[in-house]
Amino acid sequence: MKTLKIEELSKNFGSTEVLRKINLEIDEGNFLVLLGPSGCGKSTLLNIIAGLETINEGNVHIDDYNVSKVEPKDRNIAMVFQSYALYPSMNVRENMIFGLKQAKVSKEKIEEQLDKVSKFLQVDALLERKPSQLSGGQRQRVAIGRALVREPRIFLFDEPLSNLDAKLRVEMRREIKKLHQQLKTTVVYVTHDQTEAMSLGTNIAIMNHGVIQQNDTPENIYNKPSNTFVADFIGSPSMNLIKGNLKESSNKVSFVTHGSNIEIPINEYDFKEKSNLDNKEVFFGIRPEHIFFKKSNEEDFEINLRADLSEYIGHEQIMTFNFENQEVLAKFPSTVKIDLSKNTKLFFDLTQISLFDAKTEERI
Amino acid sequence: MQDKTYSSYKQLEQKSKYTNLFLRWFLYFVLIIFALYFIFPLYVMVVTSLKTMEEIRQGTLLTWPSGLNFDSWLVAWGGRGYGAGDTFLKPYFWNSIKMVVPAVFFSTFIGAMAGYVLTKWRFKGDKWVFLFLLFGCFIPYQAILLPMARTLGVLGISNSVIGLVLVHTVYGIPFTTLFFRNFYVSIPSELVKAARIDGAGFFKIFFKILLPVSTPIIVVTIIWQFTQIWNDFLFGSTFSFGEAAPIQVALNNMVLSSTSVKEYNVDMASAIIAGIPTLIVYVLAGKYFIRGLTSGAVKG
Repeated sequence: MKTLKIEELSKNFGSTEVLRKINLEIDEGNFLVLLGPSGCGKSTLLNIIAGLETINEGNVHIDDYNVSKVEPKDRNIAMVFQSYALYPSMNVRENMIFGLKQAKVSKEKIEEQLDKVSKFLQVDALLERKPSQLSGGQRQRVAIGRALVREPRIFLFDEPLSNLDAKLRVEMRREIKKLHQQLKTTVVYVTHDQTEAMSLGTNIAIMNHGVIQQNDTPENIYNKPSNTFVADFIGSPSMNLIKGNLKESSNKVSFVTHGSNIEIPINEYDFKEKSNLDNKEVFFGIRPEHIFFKKSNEEDFEINLRADLSEYIGHEQIMTFNFENQEVLAKFPSTVKIDLSKNTKLFFDLTQISLFDAKTEERI
Repeated sequence: MQDKTYSSYKQLEQKSKYTNLFLRWFLYFVLIIFALYFIFPLYVMVVTSLKTMEEIRQGTLLTWPSGLNFDSWLVAWGGRGYGAGDTFLKPYFWNSIKMVVPAVFFSTFIGAMAGYVLTKWRFKGDKWVFLFLLFGCFIPYQAILLPMARTLGVLGISNSVIGLVLVHTVYGIPFTTLFFRNFYVSIPSELVKAARIDGAGFFKIFFKILLPVSTPIIVVTIIWQFTQIWNDFLFGSTFSFGEAAPIQVALNNMVLSSTSVKEYNVDMASAIIAGIPTLIVYVLAGKYFIRGLTSGAVKG
């Protein structure tokens, strides 16, 4: 039994296609993050799960029930919003029990739930305050509390941290993580922040233009991006994608850029399909953090590149090198001294590379 | 580069000081002129209403009355006590109250509902509905007098307070809807979403979530509608006469139809009485015009 299952879901707003044939499944207790740039349809998908948007095609199942046409209140879900959406005229107590009162839960049960949750979230001292008298972090906590008291099957979070300042955001991120560890409830979490997604999710679904690009564990998303969009979206700075061709001779495969005689051997690479590789146009993907200034293991590929630009950001520096007129970024500790406009010896960690078909932009 | 010595700076400083001083006094002068200009008619009205006819004939407009003499106010409000031809404001004042209270209430309520639907329960073609409502704000009232008279006749409520309530409610809706729509647009729709997940329905969300934060716009709407309806003369004089007339029509009849001598003191007192309620509404409601009641709902 899947806690949440979405089948062949499509959604249009007029003639604009917002979601296209979405398929998703979440097991009990998992934390799924929907990640993508703004306008990719992730919030719409969340609203559809909540029942706040209608569906054009496909189905949503919660605990094997088809809830596609069920009212939001009957879906056994709770939602935390970006603007907190606390009812301004009610105090914290009224905010938190509003849903239970609507569901005609008994007074004793309401009090019990309220007591448990408000202590758990440490908002029990704030119960009589109005939302306008709370700080951003407190509001966020009350919003989570309002969701918690309903004991839902699935928690839906819609960019809950993007209104907080940077420091508080990191704190609340940890709290949400702790919360999930303790309660083990199923969560669907929408964000455009990759750090949030990576640190919170047990699964990440990366979306773009209404299509799920990759749905995988954070490790796989980082190490084995399934296409150039994912490779580019995750990581800061993002993965270097160097254009060139593959060369296959006597069972050895190597990568060559245009107008260069440097051959990068890629024998260790785990190809999906090892045929027709010769002369294939590809993107050679390597993350800035996998380029080193000294040899770290035997297979590292040694290369001489000209340093063009240095960006110092405290604990590290981002260097831009010229690789046959393509920019290659590398991340070094800020203690390393590298002269600009001079050739520098670098080492590519070839165990960490990704290769993409230049035409389909898919991983090969 | 100009070489300015210390003394030339000193001179410039002096000059700008005088200029500023002059401008400041000029500003006060202009403001006082304007203040006098605006207060003058009111002064004349109050002063005249407190004079006897004798005093009015002998003195000038600006002369101070000999004493506080409220006789003309009593006459304006309650008449002289003889039968036919004695027009006074009291019954028409109540007519106006009976007209303005329900009309303000219904138009405000319907406008709030319409604004709520147009912003939080969007439907196909809602933009067109709003556009046509807006169009209602710009229709000249003269253009609808005849069709409206016919409608009231068909409904059997012409020349009645109820008829005027209907007319004012209908013609208030475009304005009230516009006010409430623009206010509700600024309230995050996430509130409605949260309430829907919590299990609240259409009316519950309106009464429990939105209406409690609408105080500022309700006050604005009430002030606007009250003033409009209370001061209306066109609808009142077209759709009612005699007993059913609102105060503004009665005031007009009273001032224009006096057969004998013009009693300026009574006229002035009547005019002030007819204007007092709008003033009261401003004073009372303005106090509650507090902003920022939704600060908890909007982004931190």
